[in-house]
Amino acid sequence: MSIDKTSANLGTTTDHVVENPEAAADAVTAVDPRLLVREQGLKGYVTEFKRKMRAGDLGSIPVVIGLIIIGAIFQSLNSNFLSAENISNISVAMVATGMMSVGIIFVLLLGEIDLSVGSVSGVSGALMAVLSVTHGVNEWLAVLAAIAGGALIGAIHGFFFARVGAPAFAVTLSGLLFWLGFMLQILGDNGTINIDSEGVVGQLTTYYFSDIAAAYGLATLAVVVFFVTSFLDSRRREAAGVPSRPLSEIVLRTAVLAVVGFAAAAMFNQYKGLPLALVLFITVLVVTDFVLRRTAYGRKVFALGGSVEASRRAGINVTAVRISVFAIAGTFAAIGGLFWASKIAAANQSAGAGDLLMNVIAAAVIGGTSLFGGRGRTWNALLGVMVITSIQYGLALEGIATPIQYMITGGVLLATVVIDSVTRRTQKTAGRA
Amino acid sequence: MSATPVLALRGVSKRFGAVQALTDVELEVHAGEVVALVGDNGAGKSTLVKTIAGVHPIDDGAIEWEGRPVSINKPHDAQNLGIATVYQDLALCDNIDVVGNLFLGREIKRRGVLNEVEMERRARELLTTLSIRIPSVRIPIASLSGGQRQTVAIARSMLGEPKLVILDEPTAALGVEQTAQVLDLVERLRERGHAVILISHNMADVKAVADKVAVLRLGRNNGVFEVKSTSQEEIISAITGATDNAVTRRAARNGEAQK
Repeated sequence: MSIDKTSANLGTTTDHVVENPEAAADAVTAVDPRLLVREQGLKGYVTEFKRKMRAGDLGSIPVVIGLIIIGAIFQSLNSNFLSAENISNISVAMVATGMMSVGIIFVLLLGEIDLSVGSVSGVSGALMAVLSVTHGVNEWLAVLAAIAGGALIGAIHGFFFARVGAPAFAVTLSGLLFWLGFMLQILGDNGTINIDSEGVVGQLTTYYFSDIAAAYGLATLAVVVFFVTSFLDSRRREAAGVPSRPLSEIVLRTAVLAVVGFAAAAMFNQYKGLPLALVLFITVLVVTDFVLRRTAYGRKVFALGGSVEASRRAGINVTAVRISVFAIAGTFAAIGGLFWASKIAAANQSAGAGDLLMNVIAAAVIGGTSLFGGRGRTWNALLGVMVITSIQYGLALEGIATPIQYMITGGVLLATVVIDSVTRRTQKTAGRA
Repeated sequence: MSATPVLALRGVSKRFGAVQALTDVELEVHAGEVVALVGDNGAGKSTLVKTIAGVHPIDDGAIEWEGRPVSINKPHDAQNLGIATVYQDLALCDNIDVVGNLFLGREIKRRGVLNEVEMERRARELLTTLSIRIPSVRIPIASLSGGQRQTVAIARSMLGEPKLVILDEPTAALGVEQTAQVLDLVERLRERGHAVILISHNMADVKAVADKVAVLRLGRNNGVFEVKSTSQEEIISAITGATDNAVTRRAARNGEAQK
C-alpha cells in the first residue's frame, strides 16, 4: 500500500474541498503503527503470504495440497493414474458435475441452497432426448429448449423463495421430487432414449481438438490475455494513484499460469488432444467469474450474501436478484444435464439421481465456497470437481466398489467442512472474518 | 450560519392508529450546525427522523427545505433533496471491502464493467478529506473495528454530497477511542458546512459536539437549548419531564427568543 501516492492526489481534489488541510494531512501521516501495511515488491508479497497463513486465510491452498496428495496416493497404487489418458478422461468426465457446481456456487453466495439441481439436470437431458429423438426436432433447438427449460424451472423456484417467502431449502426439496417425477413422466414407459453420439450433444464429451496447435494456442492465448489485462490494469491503477501490483508480481503470476497451462496442453496432446468439454467449461468459468467480480450484478449477489438489509437499503432489488440467481442455477443444472446425457449417450431414468446432487454441492464447498454465503468464486468449482472426480476414477482403477467410493467422498467433504470451520475460527480470532 | 434553515419542521404531527407519535413538533437545522435530538425511549425521536427521511410521511404540519415547503413521501424524495440518513444498525455488508460498501448500489461503471480504479481513487479521496483512518480500503468490513465501521457508514452517506446528515445513535455501541473518532467526524461534517441531526442518549457526546439540543418528550417539543449555556442537568430534566411546568416552559421560550 502506498501512502505517498494518496497525498499527491489531494491537491487535485475538485469536488471535495479540504477545509481542514491540517487534519487531512495528519490523517495521511498518522497511520496506526499496528496496521500491517504491505510493502511493494516481492518481499512484500512473501510477508503478506506469511501473515495470511497465520491468520488462517488459506484460500485455495488446502485444495491444491489435497489434489497433490490424491495424485500421489493413487499413482503409487496404480501407475496409470497420472497417465495422459486417465487425466484426459477425468477432465472430460468432471465437466457435467462441474457445470452444475458453477450454478450452485451462485446460490451458495446468497447463503441459500438449491437441492433440485440433480433432478433439473435429469429433466434437461430427457427434454432434449424426447424432443430431438422422439419428435424429430432439430437438435440445436432441442438443446436450447432444454437450457431454457432449466432457466424457467430455476426462476419458478426463485419466485417461490424470493416473492412468496418460502425457505429455499423447502422449495427446492419439493422441486427435487417434482422434477424427478416430471422426467420419468416425459421419458415414458420405455425409460431410456439413446441419443446420436455424432450429434450436437453426443459430441459434447467425445470431440477433441486433435490438432496439437489447439491446446498450445489456447494456453498461449490464456497467458497473453492474462498478462495484458493484468499489466493494463496495473498501469491504470498507477495512473490513478492507487496501489498497484508491481511488475514482478504480474510476471510471477503469468509464469505460474504459463507453466500450468502449457503442461496441461502438452499432456492433452499426448492423448487425443484438447477436449471440447474442457474448453466449454473453462469458458463458462472465465465468463461467470467476470460477471461475479467485475459487474454491478455480481456485486449485488455478494452484497445479498453479506447482508440482505444493507442491500435493500442500498437500493438493490432483492427479489429480482434472488430469482435471477435461482434461474442461473437452473440453467447450469440443465447444461450439466446435457453433458451427463452426452457422457452416457442416452437420457435414462437414473440421470440426475444417486450421489450427483451431493457431488455438485461437495465440489463447490471443497473448492472453497462458503456455505454461509458471501464468500467464493466460480473457479472453486474447477478445483472441487477435480478432487471428487479424481477420487472416483482412482478408486475405479483400483476396482473399489461404489459403497467405498461414497464413504471416501463423504469423508473428504467432512474434512473440507472441518477445514472451512477451523479457518473461519482462526480468521475470527485474527479479526478477518 | 445562514438565516434560512436548511430544514424546518412546522407543527409536524404523526399518528399510528391509536397512537399519537408526534404532536406539533417544531425543529430547525441550519447549515454548519449540529442539532442533537434527545429524549427518553418512546419520545418520538426515531419517528421524527423517519418522517424526515421519508420512511413515514407526515399527517399534519409542513416541512420546509431551504425555505420552500416540500413534501417528503418516500425515501427517494429525501435523498433527492440532499438528506442522508445513517441508521443505528449499520447498513454495511461484512464480506465486501470498504470501496465496495461505499459505492454499493451506485457503482461507477466503465463500459458496463465496474470501474474499480476510479471507485478506489474516489474512496481514498473521500476518506482522506474526512480524515478517516482505516488500514486499507481493500479489506472487508468484517476486519474493521466498530468505530471504523461507523465512520465508513457515515462516509458512505457523504458520497451524494448531502446538505443534511441524520445520524441515529452513531456512538451507541462504541468504546471511548472509537466514540472520539466518530465525534471528530461529526465536527468535520459541520466544518464542511453540512447540517447534522444527531440522535444520542449520551449526554457527554451531546455536550461535546452539538450546538443546539432539541428535547422531545412524549411526542412533543420540550425545549430547544443552546448547548454552551445549558447544564447537563437542565437537559436531563427536560428529557425526564422533571421540570415540565410553567416556569421552565417560560425559560425555554426565553432561550428561543435570545437566539
